[in-house]
Amino acid sequence: MHKIGSTGFLIFLSIFVSFVLFLYGPIFSIILLSFQGPSGGLTFPLNGFSFYWFGELWRGSGLVDIGASFRRSIGLGIFVMALTVILSVSAGLAFRKKFLGSDLLFYTTIASLIVPSIVLSLGVALEFRLIDSLIITFGEMLEIQSIIENFQTSLGMYTSGFGAQLTWTLPFGLLIMFAIFNRFDKSLEEASRDLGANSYQTFWYVVFPIIAPSIVGIALFGFTLSYDELARSSQVMGATNTLPLDLRGLTTTVTTPIIYALGTVTTSISFLVIGFSLTLVYILRHKKIT
Amino acid sequence: MRKKTRIFQPKLSWLAIPFALIFIAYFVVPLILTLIVSFWDYTEYSIIPDFIFGNYVYIFQGCFSFEDGLCLTFKTYISTFFFCFFTWLITLLLGFSVAYFLAFYVNSLPLQITLFLICTIPFWTSNVIRMVSWIPLLGRNGLVNETLISFGLIQEPIEWLLYSSFSVVLALVHLYTLFMIVPIFNSMLRIDKEVIEAAYDSGANQFQIITNVIIPLCKPGIIIGSIFVITVVMGDFLTIGIMGGQQLASIGKIINTEMNYLQLPGAAANSVILLLITIFIIIVMTKFIDIRKEL
Repeated sequence: MHKIGSTGFLIFLSIFVSFVLFLYGPIFSIILLSFQGPSGGLTFPLNGFSFYWFGELWRGSGLVDIGASFRRSIGLGIFVMALTVILSVSAGLAFRKKFLGSDLLFYTTIASLIVPSIVLSLGVALEFRLIDSLIITFGEMLEIQSIIENFQTSLGMYTSGFGAQLTWTLPFGLLIMFAIFNRFDKSLEEASRDLGANSYQTFWYVVFPIIAPSIVGIALFGFTLSYDELARSSQVMGATNTLPLDLRGLTTTVTTPIIYALGTVTTSISFLVIGFSLTLVYILRHKKIT
Repeated sequence: MRKKTRIFQPKLSWLAIPFALIFIAYFVVPLILTLIVSFWDYTEYSIIPDFIFGNYVYIFQGCFSFEDGLCLTFKTYISTFFFCFFTWLITLLLGFSVAYFLAFYVNSLPLQITLFLICTIPFWTSNVIRMVSWIPLLGRNGLVNETLISFGLIQEPIEWLLYSSFSVVLALVHLYTLFMIVPIFNSMLRIDKEVIEAAYDSGANQFQIITNVIIPLCKPGIIIGSIFVITVVMGDFLTIGIMGGQQLASIGKIINTEMNYLQLPGAAANSVILLLITIFIIIVMTKFIDIRKEL
């Protein structure tokens, strides 16, 4: 059963290989097409080879200010990543013992993962629009000039945007914590306590090194899911646009390989982050505990 | 005996408080507000606190007379269910096969991890770019059409490859098969290899082992994966929008459009209905499993 080289093996191997080609084929085709010459179009065959479209992208010709939204997305991604790590790890520790409302919190987290993104985006947008009207009413009642004249909206990347993204990244973080603690050998902690370590020492010298690779995994989810997030962010970023929001706009307006060049750049950044994180996970896993 | 009293005694469970606060502020309260606002009134430029059923009545206007055929809402839900069903079916078959290959044919752990990561990496890249990347392949002058024409299989380019129901389902499968692979693979890893050996020794062939041993034991994984895929497609508006060339209907797109026109109470009412249907589907599917035991 399940012998390498059997008919069944060949069938499932070919399904697997086709699936990988299906996964990566399209993205490599746009990477190829982004290196075309100035006369290149949106489809094959390749028209020459150059960095022309990357140059165009760098100069920002015909595009909205991609550079600014790119920097905003990176900044937000790092912020969401930090919060995802801190909040999931601390909640993961709390969840090791049952506590009042732990089941409720767990099911809320899972519900957040599967609630349709557009519904969540609408809800958060509504919440902040209602806060807006409260602020305006408040400003008019107390006649605060700065509110009456300048106030636009409380919707923004670091008020509503990051929260909407956290409802997507935190469930993954908590699930990873559950996965690690379900397989965690508690006798290590007991040994540490028997040897006289207090609970902080036990955490930093025993628990933390063991869960460190998983924390890098949580960080990877936190950053990449925020950096590429669109469905939940779509209505809650206020006046600013993140990179995925701009990208969606460009899909309908841009008809040159410049969009492929942009795709190549953002995909390369994702690949760099993924490669860096996975290497770090590998190193942490294989480091001898001293 | 005097008990040592401490006023400030931290508990481990307090570490969950910041986490819980985020979900209250950005998940629980928004959903409650959505329910409340779905009963509000609105004009072209503002929303008015009220308690009316008008938004719901409007959604189902003419839906129960059947004189002029199906109403817009029913048509939209049928279109959404259509995308759900085909995406679910294909991701299930594909995801199961991939997980089966990884779990039972790949014996070395490092290789298993590597191949699993190869399947996972695209999940951490941009969805929009992954959709855009189909254009050079499926477009009118794309690689698929050019290849078919050069082989003489077709005379004219096939028009329905891009901006069609076909390309929507293809992109959804491309984006979300991973949601099937992970939980099914996880279930498969827990299957005791001796059970399979025993079935094999008793004379079962591979097909019988898959249908009578592996599928029943993978049921939790299959159900979790199905919930993920179905809920994500039920609320989808981006893939159906971009890959459908903004021509196809889905309930998520209706909500999105209403929001863009600031018809927030209408969007809220549609969201409540979508949420109820989604919850109903999940309840039906989870009747048999305990998600928490599967991690």
